[in-house]
Amino acid sequence: MKCRVCRGPAVIDLKAHNANFCPEHFIAFCRDQVAKAIKRFDMLRPDERVLVAVSGGKDSLALWDLLVDLGYHADGFVIGLGIGEYSDASTAHARAFAEQRGLHLTETSLRDDHGFDVPTAAEVTRRAPCSACGLSKRHLFDRAALEGGYDAVATGHNLDDEAAVLFGNTLRWNTDYLGRQRPVLPARDGFPRKIKPLVRLGEREMAAYCVLRGIEYIVEECPMAAGNKHLRYKEALNAIEAESPGAKHAFYHEFLSKAADRFEADTAAASGELGTCERCGSPSTNEVCAFCQLVERTADAVPVSLGARRGGRR
Amino acid sequence: MKVLLRNPRRELEVDGPLRVDTLLGRLDINRESVLVIRSGELVPGDAELADSDVVEIRPVISGGA
Repeated sequence: MKCRVCRGPAVIDLKAHNANFCPEHFIAFCRDQVAKAIKRFDMLRPDERVLVAVSGGKDSLALWDLLVDLGYHADGFVIGLGIGEYSDASTAHARAFAEQRGLHLTETSLRDDHGFDVPTAAEVTRRAPCSACGLSKRHLFDRAALEGGYDAVATGHNLDDEAAVLFGNTLRWNTDYLGRQRPVLPARDGFPRKIKPLVRLGEREMAAYCVLRGIEYIVEECPMAAGNKHLRYKEALNAIEAESPGAKHAFYHEFLSKAADRFEADTAAASGELGTCERCGSPSTNEVCAFCQLVERTADAVPVSLGARRGGRR
Repeated sequence: MKVLLRNPRRELEVDGPLRVDTLLGRLDINRESVLVIRSGELVPGDAELADSDVVEIRPVISGGA
């Protein structure tokens, strides 16, 4: 197998692109794909500051590395989610990445700074842990970006993530969600701009990028996400992709170019009127935002250890 | 060869030599879902694995939405 560019020995084959690459040209390919996404969707200007939502996983660390390599001023922000050793190891990877490269990483901890963690929130709310986790991340990343004066928050959502979310929303025709599934959400009403520069790269590409760049990341799966719907959708899409290379790219990117506009009215109709949270000042459709409600509900809860948590995952 | 798998972590002994694609097919693993790593280096689907190799099959799918 030979590299498409230099004809040297290839280390990765990308059937969706009908191409094989050596390490050097694969890394260049990833940079090109991110630069193309940023330009195509008007995500960032060269002089803008961006806050990378870092988890310690392959996608967010690869994204941070790629943005810095492309010349952007990119800082990182990581949240200690309190999911036992998994969270400790994830944060340690983020910290090591930043230290090795002399990059600026800000840390916060749900337990130390907000009085709860994801396992406890899942127990108290009796909802899937991913729900409290996602809510906390969105709230804290948004707030950190606004307080730090950043022009945008960048997340490591890749093509597989976006195709899986689209698949789930299409299965149920969640038209209000379909109208807002974009690689860029512009800043509005107290929310920062949100961008997803990895939407042209798949999960396998991001893991390969980390291996080839020597980026150490948390390989283990989140113990609270195991078996969730999102993973099942990804498996289904990968089964289709194996028979029809390029299917995931076409599914998501053709949706953006041909169909997303059609659902904008549904999204607008489902959006409540935004006010301001009376506790933290964040934009909210309620008097108290969902994050502050979560802080309140978990305030007196006994912390849940992972082994002691009840069943009831979605 | 020694084959390391994750989620959950386990180890298999598989007779070599054989191609990466053949190994994945035999283990019923979709190539889209994994990387194959030998001695810290990525190996493509047509690479021949020797009986003495230690190979990691690393899953790449993560569950956060």
